[in-house]
Amino acid sequence: MSVLIFIDAAEGHVKKSSFEALTYGAQLAKQLNTSAEAVLLGTVADDIAALGKYGVTKIHQVANETLNHVDAQVYAKAIADVATASGATIIILSHNLTGKAVAPRLSARLKAGLVAGAVGLPDTSNARPDDPVGRGFVVKKGVFSSKAFAYISVSTPIKILSISPNSFQTIAGDGIAEVVTANITVDAPKVKVTATNKVTGDVPLSEAELVVSGGRGLKGPENWGMIEELAKLLGASTACSRPVADAHWRPHHEHVGQTGGTIAPNLYIAIGISGAIQHLAGVNRSKVIVVINKDPEAPFFKAADYGIVGDVFDVVPKMIQEVKKLKGIA
Amino acid sequence: MKILVCISKTPDTTAKIAFTDNNTKFVQEGIQWIINPYDEWYALVRAIELKEKDPSTVIHLVNVGGVDTEPIIRKALALGGDEAIRVNADSQDSFYVAAQIAEIAKQGGYDLLFTGKETIDYNGSSIGGMVAELLDQPYVSLATKFELNGTTATIEREIEGGEETCEVNLPVVVSCQKGMAEQRIPNMKGIMGARSKPMKIVEPVAVDVLTSITSFELPPAKSGVKLVDPENVGELVRLLHEEAKVF
Repeated sequence: MSVLIFIDAAEGHVKKSSFEALTYGAQLAKQLNTSAEAVLLGTVADDIAALGKYGVTKIHQVANETLNHVDAQVYAKAIADVATASGATIIILSHNLTGKAVAPRLSARLKAGLVAGAVGLPDTSNARPDDPVGRGFVVKKGVFSSKAFAYISVSTPIKILSISPNSFQTIAGDGIAEVVTANITVDAPKVKVTATNKVTGDVPLSEAELVVSGGRGLKGPENWGMIEELAKLLGASTACSRPVADAHWRPHHEHVGQTGGTIAPNLYIAIGISGAIQHLAGVNRSKVIVVINKDPEAPFFKAADYGIVGDVFDVVPKMIQEVKKLKGIA
Repeated sequence: MKILVCISKTPDTTAKIAFTDNNTKFVQEGIQWIINPYDEWYALVRAIELKEKDPSTVIHLVNVGGVDTEPIIRKALALGGDEAIRVNADSQDSFYVAAQIAEIAKQGGYDLLFTGKETIDYNGSSIGGMVAELLDQPYVSLATKFELNGTTATIEREIEGGEETCEVNLPVVVSCQKGMAEQRIPNMKGIMGARSKPMKIVEPVAVDVLTSITSFELPPAKSGVKLVDPENVGELVRLLHEEAKVF
């Protein structure tokens, strides 16, 4: 029995969401008095032994270049084979786009109960001593598009948890992991990738810790300069509401809300967004919400921690100046 | 070409979420039920567009649910689709639903299976991947565009950090999201026609339940917004820096 964490990498680098998954898996292993190991599919440029600092003792690597591209079918089989060979009974993934593609297949393959989008460590306090993870294994996850949480009991011998990005604090110590080669056969993918278009530069929105977001109150795409400037000063990513993406003022991938991306940054600054319930569903797990809107009746203020009722074209430039002052930029 | 579209029933996006019986039951009073938006707007409408292009296409809808889901199945039939199959069972967990759908898919011999990217109630993004694994078929998740060329599909999808275009031979399972199609409203002809379209009711196959919900919880209420004077924006920046410590 051990915990196996899937390390997600893209463009040769381990993703930040994997640091969270590694920390989560290591904490869970500690809670259950077992070891935490990890699996990496493909090759990366990063020093993977150093991932031991998140608490994993061993990393099973399948250094096959076919795996440098995510294929749900091929990945699910490979992870299942490594889990079986290493005797893992709990498999941890990130609930990012890779996890959403792979975890359900893995669950069906191993007949292992899946909690998709876990937001905390399992409660194992009701587990029986002779069957430490067979019963009383209850995990919290978001439901109803972040309007509520559900506690899910997993009753299968093998359990799979995918962790909601930004819901678990990374903890780094100073361990070094042993990297071993996993000898498994890798299938040829049935899906042929003909083109990829990576969003270059900034942190992906789902992983961003700070987000500055604009809505219809900005009146047009030509006014996004101040949103971008504020975001850049703060080291934040930019996002937008649905009407803005629908009007093509901003690219589709920036759209957050029920039909767009769901994010949970430490800070979400909503500028000129009224806060329709569908928008809130995508952002209300943000730790701190700031709303700037000229309409004091905007529903977003009810979900906000801080707010300014004022004209965004007046408030945002002032905010830029104040952040510059704080950061010592003239 | 035979397409199977998975249809789930969810509360309306503006529904007020509340629980009763010691937080173990979702309060259904006053809830307006709809077709899960991702299933309707993207999966179903794209299937209908494919049929408009090639009228020999047959679209079947599948739902796992009790008799109370029939109104939303009729609405889906009003939008398009030739017949519906309702697996007469209450959903237990994602795997239970996926196993029922996989059984229907095996019997029907479909070339293409569409699901929405997730349901807006349990947000698992799980059904498509599970069904694909049970059928041993390829799975393309989070598709934003879908074109058919004979028996090869060209699909654009969202991946971590960007997008990719891929090609796959049918059969394939695809989860659909924004970009695939535009929302439609059923017309009178569709609504009238839907009444006479076949709705087959089948009993579920025995499937192990892997997970169960023990209770629900509402997020803690916000303690209230701290409003800052627009003439004193510096105070907001100070609060974010010193009190909230977010930068």
